[in-house]
Amino acid sequence: MMSLDFIWLTFLRLIAALPVTIEVWFLSILFGGFVAACVTWMRVSGILPFSLFARLFIFIFRGSPLLIQLFIIYYGLPSIPFARHSFLWPFLREPFYCAVLSLALCTAGYTSEIFRGALAAVPRGQVEAARACGMSGFLLFRRIILPIAARQALPAYSTEVISMTKATALVSLITLWDVLSVALKIRNDTLITYTPLLIAGAIYYVFNYILARVFVWLEYVVSPHLRRRVY
Amino acid sequence: MNSSAPIAITVANMHKTFGKLEVLRGISLTAHEGDVISILGSSGSGKSTFLRCINLLETPDEGVVTVAGETIEMKRRSDGHVVPVSQRQVDRIRSRLGMVFQNFNLWSHMTILENLIEAPVHVQKRPRAECIEEAKELLAKVGIADKANQYPSNLSGGQQQRAAIARALAMHPSVMLFDEPTSALDPELVGEVLRVMRSLAEEGRTMLVVTHEMGFAREVSSHVMFLHQGQVEAEGAPADLFNDGGTERFRKFISGQAQAPA
Repeated sequence: MMSLDFIWLTFLRLIAALPVTIEVWFLSILFGGFVAACVTWMRVSGILPFSLFARLFIFIFRGSPLLIQLFIIYYGLPSIPFARHSFLWPFLREPFYCAVLSLALCTAGYTSEIFRGALAAVPRGQVEAARACGMSGFLLFRRIILPIAARQALPAYSTEVISMTKATALVSLITLWDVLSVALKIRNDTLITYTPLLIAGAIYYVFNYILARVFVWLEYVVSPHLRRRVY
Repeated sequence: MNSSAPIAITVANMHKTFGKLEVLRGISLTAHEGDVISILGSSGSGKSTFLRCINLLETPDEGVVTVAGETIEMKRRSDGHVVPVSQRQVDRIRSRLGMVFQNFNLWSHMTILENLIEAPVHVQKRPRAECIEEAKELLAKVGIADKANQYPSNLSGGQQQRAAIARALAMHPSVMLFDEPTSALDPELVGEVLRVMRSLAEEGRTMLVVTHEMGFAREVSSHVMFLHQGQVEAEGAPADLFNDGGTERFRKFISGQAQAPA
Protein backbone atom coordinates (compact mmCIF):
# COMPACT_ATOMS: atom_id res chain seq x y z
CA MET A 1 0.00 0.00 0.00
CA MET A 2 1.32 3.35 -1.04
CA SER A 3 0.40 5.21 2.12
CA LEU A 4 1.86 2.60 4.48
CA ASP A 5 5.10 2.90 2.57
CA PHE A 6 4.93 6.64 2.93
CA ILE A 7 4.38 6.36 6.67
CA TRP A 8 7.27 3.99 7.03
CA LEU A 9 9.66 6.10 4.94
CA THR A 10 8.62 9.25 6.76
CA PHE A 11 9.16 7.51 10.06
CA LEU A 12 12.64 6.43 9.03
CA ARG A 13 13.58 9.94 7.91
CA LEU A 14 12.26 11.49 11.11
CA ILE A 15 13.99 8.92 13.31
CA ALA A 16 17.21 9.70 11.45
CA ALA A 17 16.82 13.32 12.59
CA LEU A 18 16.16 12.36 16.21
CA PRO A 19 19.86 12.42 17.17
CA VAL A 20 20.01 16.15 16.35
CA THR A 21 16.98 16.83 18.56
CA ILE A 22 18.46 14.75 21.37
CA GLU A 23 21.90 16.35 21.08
CA VAL A 24 20.48 19.87 21.25
CA TRP A 25 18.26 18.83 24.13
CA PHE A 26 20.98 17.03 26.08
CA LEU A 27 23.63 19.73 25.69
CA SER A 28 21.25 22.53 26.61
CA ILE A 29 20.07 20.61 29.69
CA LEU A 30 23.69 19.98 30.65
CA PHE A 31 24.94 23.55 30.18
CA GLY A 32 21.64 25.01 31.33
CA GLY A 33 21.88 23.03 34.56
CA PHE A 34 25.40 24.25 35.12
CA VAL A 35 24.48 27.87 34.44
CA ALA A 36 21.38 27.48 36.64
CA ALA A 37 23.51 26.21 39.53
CA CYS A 38 25.77 29.26 39.18
CA VAL A 39 22.81 31.65 38.94
CA THR A 40 21.15 30.04 41.96
CA TRP A 41 24.35 30.38 43.92
CA MET A 42 24.58 34.07 42.97
CA ARG A 43 20.91 34.58 43.78
CA VAL A 44 21.21 33.22 47.32
CA SER A 45 24.80 34.35 47.95
CA GLY A 46 23.70 37.40 49.90
CA ILE A 47 26.16 39.48 47.86
CA LEU A 48 24.12 42.30 46.36
CA PRO A 49 25.72 42.66 42.88
CA PHE A 50 25.57 38.88 42.37
CA SER A 51 22.00 38.66 43.54
CA LEU A 52 20.97 41.56 41.29
CA PHE A 53 22.70 39.98 38.31
CA ALA A 54 20.92 36.68 38.99
CA ARG A 55 17.55 38.42 39.23
CA LEU A 56 18.19 40.24 35.96
CA PHE A 57 19.23 37.00 34.28
CA ILE A 58 16.09 35.20 35.45
CA PHE A 59 13.96 38.21 34.53
CA ILE A 60 15.27 38.27 30.97
CA PHE A 61 15.41 34.58 30.14
CA ARG A 62 12.26 33.57 31.91
CA GLY A 63 10.36 36.66 30.91
CA SER A 64 10.82 36.70 27.14
CA PRO A 65 9.85 34.18 24.45
CA LEU A 66 12.46 31.57 23.70
CA LEU A 67 11.96 32.16 19.98
CA ILE A 68 13.02 35.79 20.34
CA GLN A 69 16.09 34.76 22.34
CA LEU A 70 16.92 32.20 19.67
CA PHE A 71 16.60 34.72 16.84
CA ILE A 72 18.58 37.37 18.69
CA ILE A 73 21.44 34.96 19.28
CA TYR A 74 21.34 33.49 15.79
CA TYR A 75 20.72 36.64 13.74
CA GLY A 76 21.85 39.30 16.19
CA LEU A 77 25.24 38.09 17.41
CA PRO A 78 27.00 38.25 14.02
CA SER A 79 26.24 41.97 13.85
CA ILE A 80 28.23 42.57 17.02
CA PRO A 81 31.91 42.96 16.05
CA PHE A 82 32.99 41.82 19.51
CA ALA A 83 31.23 38.48 19.03
CA ARG A 84 32.53 38.10 15.51
CA HIS A 85 36.13 38.55 16.60
CA SER A 86 36.00 36.49 19.75
CA PHE A 87 37.48 33.02 19.98
CA LEU A 88 33.93 31.71 20.30
CA TRP A 89 32.99 32.81 16.78
CA PRO A 90 33.65 29.38 15.19
CA PHE A 91 30.94 28.11 17.52
CA LEU A 92 28.60 31.08 17.43
CA ARG A 93 28.29 31.03 13.65
CA GLU A 94 27.02 27.45 13.73
CA PRO A 95 23.24 27.21 14.10
CA PHE A 96 23.73 24.12 16.25
CA TYR A 97 25.68 25.99 18.91
CA CYS A 98 23.39 29.02 18.70
CA ALA A 99 20.51 26.66 19.40
CA VAL A 100 22.27 25.04 22.35
CA LEU A 101 23.30 28.43 23.73
CA SER A 102 19.85 29.99 23.64
CA LEU A 103 18.06 26.87 24.90
CA ALA A 104 20.62 26.50 27.70
CA LEU A 105 20.26 30.12 28.81
CA CYS A 106 16.50 29.94 28.67
CA THR A 107 16.20 26.70 30.65
CA ALA A 108 18.77 28.07 33.11
CA GLY A 109 16.38 30.90 33.90
CA TYR A 110 13.63 28.48 34.85
CA THR A 111 15.88 25.86 36.41
CA SER A 112 17.60 28.31 38.73
CA GLU A 113 14.21 29.25 40.15
CA ILE A 114 13.44 25.56 40.65
CA PHE A 115 16.76 25.13 42.44
CA ARG A 116 16.17 28.21 44.57
CA GLY A 117 12.76 27.00 45.63
CA ALA A 118 14.15 23.58 46.50
CA LEU A 119 16.88 25.19 48.59
CA ALA A 120 14.44 27.44 50.37
CA ALA A 121 12.25 24.46 51.22
CA VAL A 122 15.00 22.56 53.04
CA PRO A 123 13.65 22.34 56.59
CA ARG A 124 15.43 24.89 58.76
CA GLY A 125 15.45 22.55 61.71
CA GLN A 126 17.42 19.89 59.85
CA VAL A 127 20.04 22.46 58.88
CA GLU A 128 20.21 23.66 62.48
CA ALA A 129 20.65 20.10 63.69
CA ALA A 130 23.60 19.74 61.32
CA ARG A 131 25.12 22.99 62.54
CA ALA A 132 24.65 21.87 66.12
CA CYS A 133 26.66 18.74 65.26
CA GLY A 134 29.57 20.87 64.08
CA MET A 135 28.86 20.92 60.36
CA SER A 136 29.32 24.11 58.37
CA GLY A 137 30.26 25.36 54.94
CA PHE A 138 30.66 22.86 52.14
CA LEU A 139 30.32 19.80 54.39
CA LEU A 140 26.90 21.02 55.54
CA PHE A 141 25.90 21.75 51.95
CA ARG A 142 27.14 18.44 50.57
CA ARG A 143 25.81 16.13 53.27
CA ILE A 144 22.53 17.76 54.30
CA ILE A 145 21.31 20.70 52.20
CA LEU A 146 22.09 19.34 48.72
CA PRO A 147 20.63 15.83 49.18
CA ILE A 148 17.40 17.23 50.61
CA ALA A 149 17.13 20.06 48.06
CA ALA A 150 17.89 17.78 45.11
CA ARG A 151 15.08 15.42 46.07
CA GLN A 152 12.74 18.36 46.43
CA ALA A 153 13.77 19.78 43.07
CA LEU A 154 13.24 16.54 41.20
CA PRO A 155 9.50 16.74 40.35
CA ALA A 156 9.65 20.33 39.07
CA TYR A 157 12.99 19.73 37.38
CA SER A 158 11.66 16.70 35.50
CA THR A 159 8.86 18.88 34.12
CA GLU A 160 11.42 21.41 32.93
CA VAL A 161 13.56 18.73 31.30
CA ILE A 162 10.55 17.29 29.51
CA SER A 163 9.31 20.66 28.34
CA MET A 164 12.78 21.29 26.93
CA THR A 165 12.44 18.42 24.46
CA LYS A 166 9.49 20.25 23.02
CA ALA A 167 11.31 23.57 23.05
CA THR A 168 13.99 22.04 20.81
CA ALA A 169 11.41 21.99 18.00
CA LEU A 170 11.99 25.74 17.67
CA VAL A 171 15.48 25.15 16.31
CA SER A 172 13.87 24.06 13.05
CA LEU A 173 13.51 27.81 12.44
CA ILE A 174 17.26 28.41 12.34
CA THR A 175 18.07 25.79 9.69
CA LEU A 176 18.85 22.86 11.97
CA TRP A 177 17.65 19.51 10.68
CA ASP A 178 15.86 18.29 13.77
CA VAL A 179 12.77 16.06 13.81
CA LEU A 180 10.31 18.88 13.22
CA SER A 181 12.23 20.56 10.39
CA VAL A 182 12.48 17.23 8.54
CA ALA A 183 8.73 16.77 9.01
CA LEU A 184 8.09 20.26 7.62
CA LYS A 185 10.37 19.54 4.69
CA ILE A 186 8.46 16.34 3.88
CA ARG A 187 5.21 18.26 4.08
CA ASN A 188 6.50 20.90 1.70
CA ASP A 189 7.85 18.33 -0.74
CA THR A 190 4.81 16.05 -0.76
CA LEU A 191 1.96 18.41 0.16
CA ILE A 192 0.85 15.74 2.62
CA THR A 193 0.26 17.84 5.71
CA TYR A 194 -0.78 15.73 8.65
CA THR A 195 1.04 12.44 8.34
CA PRO A 196 4.58 13.81 8.85
CA LEU A 197 3.43 16.10 11.67
CA LEU A 198 1.58 13.31 13.45
CA ILE A 199 4.54 10.97 13.19
CA ALA A 200 6.87 13.71 14.45
CA GLY A 201 4.50 14.37 17.35
CA ALA A 202 4.43 10.68 18.19
CA ILE A 203 8.23 10.52 18.26
CA TYR A 204 8.38 13.44 20.72
CA TYR A 205 5.64 11.78 22.74
CA VAL A 206 7.42 8.43 23.04
CA PHE A 207 10.69 10.12 23.94
CA ASN A 208 8.99 12.18 26.64
CA TYR A 209 7.12 9.18 27.94
CA ILE A 210 10.41 7.34 28.46
CA LEU A 211 11.89 10.45 30.12
CA ALA A 212 8.94 10.76 32.46
CA ARG A 213 9.22 7.09 33.46
CA VAL A 214 12.93 7.53 34.13
CA PHE A 215 12.19 10.44 36.44
CA VAL A 216 9.44 8.54 38.25
CA TRP A 217 11.90 5.71 38.79
CA LEU A 218 14.58 8.16 39.96
CA GLU A 219 12.22 9.76 42.44
CA TYR A 220 11.28 6.36 43.76
CA VAL A 221 14.91 5.34 44.20
CA VAL A 222 16.01 8.47 46.05
CA SER A 223 12.97 8.79 48.29
CA PRO A 224 12.75 5.59 50.33
CA HIS A 225 11.80 7.78 53.30
CA LEU A 226 8.56 8.79 51.59
CA ARG A 227 7.42 5.29 50.77
CA ARG A 228 4.97 3.49 52.91
CA ARG A 229 6.66 1.27 55.39
CA VAL A 230 6.99 -2.35 54.28
CA TYR A 231 6.60 -4.72 57.18
CA MET B 1 25.32 21.04 92.50
CA ASN B 2 28.43 18.94 92.67
CA SER B 3 30.93 21.74 93.10
CA SER B 4 33.88 19.44 93.70
CA ALA B 5 33.69 18.06 90.14
CA PRO B 6 35.53 19.89 87.32
CA ILE B 7 33.60 22.63 85.55
CA ALA B 8 31.97 21.39 82.30
CA ILE B 9 30.58 24.64 80.99
CA THR B 10 30.25 28.24 82.06
CA VAL B 11 28.19 31.01 80.55
CA ALA B 12 28.89 34.53 81.72
CA ASN B 13 26.64 37.54 81.34
CA MET B 14 24.71 36.46 78.23
CA HIS B 15 22.82 39.24 76.43
CA LYS B 16 20.68 38.94 73.32
CA THR B 17 18.42 41.41 71.55
CA PHE B 18 16.08 40.75 68.64
CA GLY B 19 15.52 44.15 67.10
CA LYS B 20 14.33 46.25 70.01
CA LEU B 21 13.32 43.28 72.12
CA GLU B 22 15.81 42.44 74.84
CA VAL B 23 15.41 38.69 75.20
CA LEU B 24 18.37 37.96 77.46
CA ARG B 25 19.54 40.50 79.98
CA GLY B 26 22.66 39.11 81.54
CA ILE B 27 22.31 35.42 82.36
CA SER B 28 25.16 33.42 83.81
CA LEU B 29 25.47 29.75 84.55
CA THR B 30 28.09 27.29 85.74
CA ALA B 31 27.67 23.55 85.37
CA HIS B 32 30.07 21.07 86.92
CA GLU B 33 30.42 17.63 85.41
CA GLY B 34 27.40 15.56 86.26
CA ASP B 35 25.14 18.55 86.93
CA VAL B 36 21.64 18.51 85.54
CA ILE B 37 20.35 22.06 85.30
CA SER B 38 16.70 22.58 84.48
CA ILE B 39 15.86 25.94 82.96
CA LEU B 40 12.27 26.94 83.56
CA GLY B 41 10.22 29.96 82.62
CA SER B 42 7.02 30.94 80.92
CA SER B 43 6.98 31.40 77.16
CA GLY B 44 8.92 34.49 76.14
CA SER B 45 11.15 34.34 79.19
CA GLY B 46 14.20 33.70 77.00
CA LYS B 47 14.97 30.15 78.09
CA SER B 48 15.16 28.62 74.60
CA THR B 49 17.11 31.60 73.28
CA PHE B 50 19.54 31.19 76.15
CA LEU B 51 20.14 27.55 75.23
CA ARG B 52 20.49 28.39 71.52
CA CYS B 53 22.99 31.14 72.31
CA ILE B 54 25.20 28.64 74.13
CA ASN B 55 26.01 26.71 70.95
CA LEU B 56 25.69 29.83 68.80
CA LEU B 57 22.57 28.82 66.89
CA GLU B 58 21.76 32.37 67.87
CA THR B 59 24.66 34.78 68.18
CA PRO B 60 24.64 36.47 71.56
CA ASP B 61 25.30 40.22 71.64
CA GLU B 62 27.42 39.80 74.70
CA GLY B 63 28.52 36.94 76.90
CA VAL B 64 31.27 34.40 77.24
CA VAL B 65 30.79 30.66 76.77
CA THR B 66 33.49 28.28 77.97
CA VAL B 67 33.20 24.56 77.31
CA ALA B 68 35.66 22.22 79.04
CA GLY B 69 38.09 25.08 79.49
CA GLU B 70 37.89 26.40 75.91
CA THR B 71 36.30 29.81 75.47
CA ILE B 72 34.45 30.60 72.25
CA GLU B 73 36.19 33.65 70.86
CA MET B 74 33.92 36.40 69.60
CA LYS B 75 34.69 39.73 67.99
CA ARG B 76 32.69 42.84 67.20
CA ARG B 77 32.62 43.74 63.53
CA SER B 78 32.82 47.35 62.40
CA ASP B 79 29.05 47.35 61.81
CA GLY B 80 28.49 46.50 65.46
CA HIS B 81 27.52 42.83 64.98
CA VAL B 82 29.22 40.28 67.14
CA VAL B 83 30.55 37.27 65.25
CA PRO B 84 32.69 34.28 66.13
CA VAL B 85 36.38 34.68 65.36
CA SER B 86 36.77 31.19 63.96
CA GLN B 87 34.08 29.01 62.42
CA ARG B 88 36.39 26.05 62.95
CA GLN B 89 36.41 26.66 66.69
CA VAL B 90 32.63 27.05 66.70
CA ASP B 91 32.26 23.72 64.86
CA ARG B 92 34.63 22.04 67.30
CA ILE B 93 32.81 23.32 70.35
CA ARG B 94 29.41 22.53 68.86
CA SER B 95 30.51 18.94 68.38
CA ARG B 96 31.09 18.79 72.15
CA LEU B 97 27.60 20.08 72.88
CA GLY B 98 24.94 17.52 72.02
CA MET B 99 21.73 19.34 71.14
CA VAL B 100 18.26 17.84 71.30
CA PHE B 101 15.52 19.89 69.67
CA GLN B 102 11.83 20.26 70.37
CA ASN B 103 11.00 19.03 66.86
CA PHE B 104 13.66 16.25 66.76
CA ASN B 105 15.11 17.53 63.46
CA LEU B 106 16.33 14.15 62.35
CA TRP B 107 17.62 14.22 58.78
CA SER B 108 14.68 12.97 56.81
CA HIS B 109 16.67 11.49 53.90
CA MET B 110 18.74 9.21 56.11
CA THR B 111 17.88 6.12 58.08
CA ILE B 112 18.07 6.28 61.86
CA LEU B 113 21.45 4.54 61.81
CA GLU B 114 22.74 6.94 59.15
CA ASN B 115 21.52 9.85 61.28
CA LEU B 116 23.57 8.53 64.18
CA ILE B 117 26.83 7.99 62.32
CA GLU B 118 26.66 11.12 60.13
CA ALA B 119 28.47 13.56 62.39
CA PRO B 120 30.87 11.06 64.01
CA VAL B 121 32.03 9.96 60.54
CA HIS B 122 32.04 13.29 58.71
CA VAL B 123 32.76 15.82 61.47
CA GLN B 124 34.83 13.80 63.90
CA LYS B 125 36.36 11.60 61.16
CA ARG B 126 36.05 8.43 63.19
CA PRO B 127 36.15 5.03 61.47
CA ARG B 128 32.78 4.14 60.02
CA ALA B 129 32.67 0.57 61.32
CA GLU B 130 33.36 1.72 64.86
CA CYS B 131 30.64 4.40 64.60
CA ILE B 132 28.10 1.85 63.35
CA GLU B 133 28.83 -0.49 66.26
CA GLU B 134 28.49 2.33 68.74
CA ALA B 135 25.34 3.66 67.08
CA LYS B 136 23.69 0.26 67.42
CA GLU B 137 24.57 0.19 71.12
CA LEU B 138 23.12 3.67 71.57
CA LEU B 139 19.91 2.70 69.80
CA ALA B 140 19.61 -0.32 72.07
CA LYS B 141 20.17 1.94 75.03
CA VAL B 142 17.31 4.27 74.09
CA GLY B 143 15.16 1.27 73.27
CA ILE B 144 14.81 1.47 69.47
CA ALA B 145 17.43 -1.01 68.27
CA ASP B 146 14.88 -2.44 65.84
CA LYS B 147 14.46 0.95 64.10
CA ALA B 148 18.05 1.29 62.89
CA ASN B 149 17.15 0.91 59.22
CA GLN B 150 13.87 2.82 59.30
CA TYR B 151 13.49 6.40 58.16
CA PRO B 152 12.50 9.09 60.68
CA SER B 153 9.07 9.51 59.08
CA ASN B 154 8.26 5.90 60.00
CA LEU B 155 8.80 6.51 63.71
CA SER B 156 6.50 7.93 66.35
CA GLY B 157 7.40 11.26 67.91
CA GLY B 158 8.72 9.60 71.05
CA GLN B 159 10.86 7.21 69.02
CA GLN B 160 12.16 10.07 66.89
CA GLN B 161 13.13 12.05 69.96
CA ARG B 162 14.92 9.06 71.45
CA ALA B 163 16.75 8.64 68.15
CA ALA B 164 17.67 12.33 68.27
CA ILE B 165 19.05 11.88 71.79
CA ALA B 166 21.08 8.91 70.56
CA ARG B 167 22.33 11.02 67.64
CA ALA B 168 23.56 13.67 70.07
CA LEU B 169 25.19 11.02 72.30
CA ALA B 170 27.03 9.53 69.32
CA MET B 171 29.27 12.61 69.28
CA HIS B 172 30.50 11.88 72.83
CA PRO B 173 29.46 15.36 73.93
CA SER B 174 30.72 16.78 77.21
CA VAL B 175 27.42 18.61 77.74
CA MET B 176 23.92 17.78 76.49
CA LEU B 177 21.54 20.62 75.66
CA PHE B 178 17.81 19.82 75.62
CA ASP B 179 15.48 22.42 74.13
CA GLU B 180 11.99 21.51 75.31
CA PRO B 181 12.49 17.88 74.30
CA THR B 182 8.99 16.75 75.21
CA SER B 183 6.94 19.77 74.18
CA ALA B 184 6.07 18.45 70.71
CA LEU B 185 5.06 15.01 71.93
CA ASP B 186 1.68 13.49 72.58
CA PRO B 187 1.19 13.19 76.33
CA GLU B 188 1.44 9.39 76.29
CA LEU B 189 4.84 9.58 74.57
CA VAL B 190 6.42 12.04 77.01
CA GLY B 191 7.23 9.35 79.55
CA GLU B 192 9.49 7.28 77.29
CA VAL B 193 11.65 10.31 76.48
CA LEU B 194 11.82 11.46 80.10
CA ARG B 195 12.88 7.95 81.12
CA VAL B 196 15.82 8.09 78.72
CA MET B 197 16.78 11.55 80.00
CA ARG B 198 16.54 10.37 83.57
CA SER B 199 18.86 7.43 82.88
CA LEU B 200 21.37 9.82 81.29
CA ALA B 201 21.26 11.99 84.39
CA GLU B 202 21.79 8.95 86.57
CA GLU B 203 24.90 7.92 84.69
CA GLY B 204 26.40 11.32 85.43
CA ARG B 205 25.94 13.26 82.19
CA THR B 206 26.10 17.03 82.30
CA MET B 207 22.78 18.31 81.01
CA LEU B 208 21.13 21.67 80.49
CA VAL B 209 17.42 21.11 80.06
CA VAL B 210 14.90 23.73 78.99
CA THR B 211 11.61 22.15 79.96
CA HIS B 212 8.06 22.49 81.13
CA GLU B 213 8.17 19.15 82.93
CA MET B 214 8.01 20.16 86.57
CA GLY B 215 8.34 16.56 87.73
CA PHE B 216 11.61 16.16 85.84
CA ALA B 217 12.96 19.50 87.09
CA ARG B 218 12.08 18.63 90.65
CA GLU B 219 13.17 15.01 90.81
CA VAL B 220 16.05 14.68 88.36
CA SER B 221 17.85 18.01 88.22
CA SER B 222 20.56 19.08 90.59
CA HIS B 223 19.86 22.74 90.01
CA VAL B 224 16.91 24.76 88.76
CA MET B 225 16.99 28.16 87.07
CA PHE B 226 13.80 30.13 86.66
CA LEU B 227 13.96 32.84 84.02
CA HIS B 228 11.67 35.81 83.75
CA GLN B 229 11.98 38.51 81.09
CA GLY B 230 15.52 37.53 80.22
CA GLN B 231 16.88 37.42 83.73
CA VAL B 232 17.33 34.79 86.39
CA GLU B 233 14.40 35.35 88.71
CA ALA B 234 15.14 32.47 91.06
CA GLU B 235 17.56 29.56 91.20
CA GLY B 236 18.79 26.89 93.53
CA ALA B 237 18.53 23.25 94.42
CA PRO B 238 15.10 21.91 93.53
CA ALA B 239 14.52 20.76 97.10
CA ASP B 240 14.85 24.33 98.33
CA LEU B 241 13.20 26.06 95.41
CA PHE B 242 10.15 23.87 95.20
CA ASN B 243 9.61 23.87 98.95
CA ASP B 244 8.59 27.45 99.42
CA GLY B 245 11.87 28.86 98.17
CA GLY B 246 12.13 31.17 95.18
CA THR B 247 10.06 34.22 94.56
CA GLU B 248 6.37 34.88 94.52
CA ARG B 249 6.43 34.70 90.72
CA PHE B 250 8.17 31.32 90.78
CA ARG B 251 5.58 29.91 93.17
CA LYS B 252 2.85 31.22 90.93
CA PHE B 253 4.58 29.68 87.92
CA ILE B 254 4.87 26.22 89.41
CA SER B 255 1.33 26.26 90.62
CA GLY B 256 0.36 26.91 87.02
CA GLN B 257 -0.90 30.39 87.74
CA ALA B 258 1.82 32.32 85.94
CA GLN B 259 0.44 34.88 83.56
CA ALA B 260 1.88 34.82 80.07
CA PRO B 261 3.83 38.03 79.53
CA ALA B 262 1.98 40.62 77.52
